[in-house]
Amino acid sequence: MWNSRRLVLAHLWFAFASFGAALPLGEWQMFIRSPLHPWISDPEWYYRSVTAHGTTMAYVFPTLVAMGFGYFVTEQALRRPMVGLRWAWLGFALVVVGTIAAIVPVALGRASVLYTFYPPLIGHPSYYIGIVLVVVGSWVWVALMSINMYRWKRDNPGAPVPFPMFATVAGSYLWAWTAVGAALELLFQIIPVALGLRDTIDAGLARVFFSWTLHAIVYFWLMPAYIAYYTIVPRAIGGRLFSDTMGRIAFILFLVVAMPIGIHHAFEDPQIGSGFKYLHSVVTAVVALPTVLTVFTICASVEIAGRLRGGKGVLGWLAALPWRNPVMLGAALSFVMLGFGGAGGLINMSYQLNATVHNTQWITGHFHLIFAGAIVIMYFVIAYDIWPHLTGRTLDSFGLMRAQLWTWFIGMIVLTFPWHWVGILGMPRRMAFYDYTDPAIAPQALSVTMSVIGGAILVISGVLFFIVLVRGQTTLRTEPAVYRFSVAVRPPRTLPAALNGFGLWLGLMVALTIVNYGFPIAHSLATPGTAVPAVKVGERW
Amino acid sequence: MTRERIVSLRNPWFTRSVGITAAIAIVAAVVGFVWLPLQHPGERFKSVWDAICSAAGLVRNAAPGTQIVRADYPTTRVEIDPQMLSGASAESIGRGATLALRCTMCHGARGLSQADTPNLAGQYPVAIYKELLDFKTGARVSAIMAPLVADLSDADMRDLAAYYAYLPRVTSSGAAAGEAPPIVTSGAPLRSIAPCGACHGEVDSKASAAWLEGQPAVYLRTQLEAFASGARRNDIGEQMRNVARGMTAAEIDAASEFYARAQ
Ligand code: HEC
Ligand code: HEC
Ligand code: HEM
Ligand SMILES: [Cu+2]
Repeated sequence: MWNSRRLVLAHLWFAFASFGAALPLGEWQMFIRSPLHPWISDPEWYYRSVTAHGTTMAYVFPTLVAMGFGYFVTEQALRRPMVGLRWAWLGFALVVVGTIAAIVPVALGRASVLYTFYPPLIGHPSYYIGIVLVVVGSWVWVALMSINMYRWKRDNPGAPVPFPMFATVAGSYLWAWTAVGAALELLFQIIPVALGLRDTIDAGLARVFFSWTLHAIVYFWLMPAYIAYYTIVPRAIGGRLFSDTMGRIAFILFLVVAMPIGIHHAFEDPQIGSGFKYLHSVVTAVVALPTVLTVFTICASVEIAGRLRGGKGVLGWLAALPWRNPVMLGAALSFVMLGFGGAGGLINMSYQLNATVHNTQWITGHFHLIFAGAIVIMYFVIAYDIWPHLTGRTLDSFGLMRAQLWTWFIGMIVLTFPWHWVGILGMPRRMAFYDYTDPAIAPQALSVTMSVIGGAILVISGVLFFIVLVRGQTTLRTEPAVYRFSVAVRPPRTLPAALNGFGLWLGLMVALTIVNYGFPIAHSLATPGTAVPAVKVGERW
Repeated sequence: MTRERIVSLRNPWFTRSVGITAAIAIVAAVVGFVWLPLQHPGERFKSVWDAICSAAGLVRNAAPGTQIVRADYPTTRVEIDPQMLSGASAESIGRGATLALRCTMCHGARGLSQADTPNLAGQYPVAIYKELLDFKTGARVSAIMAPLVADLSDADMRDLAAYYAYLPRVTSSGAAAGEAPPIVTSGAPLRSIAPCGACHGEVDSKASAAWLEGQPAVYLRTQLEAFASGARRNDIGEQMRNVARGMTAAEIDAASEFYARAQ
């Protein structure tokens, strides 16, 4: 039955290898612009590194984790061989080729445009084409998730689609639609200029398209982590999922409202009307709902586990939890980071407060805490949980796993708290040099130095992670028990059709997108004189 | 498969989800497009429709009576883009060489001058072309250069730019220049001054910013002071005036001396 094992393993190894390569770049960036290192004199190296780090961490790494985990879920949740294995390998190949095509020009300094593309800056076409290939590879995955779910539904009429599969398909649809914004920007705006077919570009419209992708890509990164909260954590700690329906509703809400809110990344952009900014803010507020639902459901599920393990009283169940279990530990640390990061997110999302943190180091601090912290730590947890089922070998370095998770957590706090702080003091992001001898920013030297230390702890944690995985490839062979996902307190026997499929929700998602994006895009397209000359980077003349 | 129909007024999942989504969108739209704009004390909308258009981001004419501020001196009329003037033909360079015979007495036989006149050899073509046009329109004021460019056509200026760009620069041997002053290597971030080389070519080039190495110190200092005082104001978007205004006299000296030595 289990025939996508090598496929999943290939995805995860490539994902983690790219993560391992990009991690030291982050620390190098933090170090060379800290007071511990003199100015490197040529900012190009800095932007080259940030482009490589950002592109890898934002596009390659999470996409491969989502794909690999999705294939895993398909076979394990549907309990039958996956359809389309060959196509899946083709998708993987596209991602690998795309990654190489994108990273080579970056390494050569021909595409230091940062992962958000930053038009009118234009780099080498291979960079953009590479990213398109990564996205196309991931669309193969989207199609396979959908096909597998529908085949299963056809063969099991009326039966509820297993929740892990339902959530995975929701995530894949979210990604398919989310990626369209950046794809339009790349295919119709940037790549023609990069290939020399045109020499001007409408940077304002490009930013609108990118915002289409930018918010929901964050939720795409989040999906594997959330799926793990619901489907792995309760089982791993001996509890039950509090509510299957609540879980489905959370993922449906993500699907419908996570995408048409991206203009909150463009609050300061003059080419977008204030009315649309307001509309996007309102829907942004709605997207807090599925996260609140998730926090509630997962806390309730964990409490069930605590009580099943004999915990009593208002807080006694907390003590009864299996804290030495890496899944428990990782999820708890993830929740703490999610809490802090969520609080910061409330600030970003409000129009006025956002103006004070816009483009400061607060933003980089914020998304490292949420993404590199709360989400990536769950990627580690997923790997620890499913690794024995992929390798057929035991994974038993529990002490090392706990040390790894703790160092990731501590490192992330030490990295990001001072990072937020200097942002409030006004330190801009994406700058290669800060003159700490100037009395005006001298006090920030200490905070930035703390961040460097936090980054070093994270690098150590990254090394520990690889030690655990590599050990897991060399331990004794075992035949692991059948993989199980969490079971709900009341597993559904039948479901309303709306909770067992996506037609209605995809319709709402597209409709909201048209309402929220249709006019700003059409208006930009129809307004003459909005294009500016492209600026090629990496060509000295 | 279930026979339950999703798109049906009898399916509460359908009616409720569509109803709630539409309600949120409509309420948000009314608040965002009508109510909030009308609360703005500074805006004088003629009608509700006017407010809606403004909130939608339509480009509107300025309210009647609004003063439009225009510069009371000639500003540059050159539009620059980074690909401009790249790839000059041999004929163009040849024509430029002939025209340049009028310039040799001050700018030197091969574009390198002995007096304190700027060197032109190896200069970026865009920079030469732009300055010539600016001299012609009066955007850059020079009693010496103005009469010399008066009868040059646009094509002449392009040819001259191509010719001078083609000539070899003063050979640079970094070491002679000594250590670059901080204003050149790092700029002054807190005064919004980027390193000079970020625009002037050593690190990156911004269209129209000239190559500075080897220019006479006196010339460089004069230009920097002219930018700082506003006597020279032909730089697009005040790019160079914003830099020069923030520089101290000592920094102007240090940068001028350094670039003059760097040859
Ligand atoms: C009588 C001497 C003289 C002659 C002849 C002369 N120039 Fe100049 N040129 C100058 C001086 C002096 C300046 C500096 C002007 C200033 O201080 O603003 C200058 C400036 C320039 C600049 C601006 C350089 C820069 O880096 O900004 C260009 C370009 C230029 N000249 C081109 C020419 C061309 C082309 C000719 C021939 C058609 C020519 N000049 C003839 C004296 C001369
Ligand atoms: C933001 C980009 C930028 C930076 C940074 C910058 N410059 Fe400039 N500079 C320009 C531009 C653009 C021009 C051309 C203005 C024009 O159109 O005539 C210019 C012109 C000049 C000129 C006149 C050159 C000539 O021959 O006409 C001098 C001298 C100069 N800059 C010196 C400096 C020095 C010294 C620094 C560093 C302290 C510096 N610049 C930093 C953009 C910059
Ligand atoms: C050792 C740990 C890390 C350190 C020290 C670090 C540091 C940095 C620094 C200094 C920047 C540039 C910020 C700027 O110039 O404004 C950056 C950018 C970025 N980081 Fe990290 N990082 C680390 C880990 C991660 C991880 C694990 C992820 C995600 C999985 C991540 C995702 C990103 C992204 C997407 C950007 C791009 C930001 C941009 O283009 O502005 N980082 N990081
Ligand atoms: Cu967002």
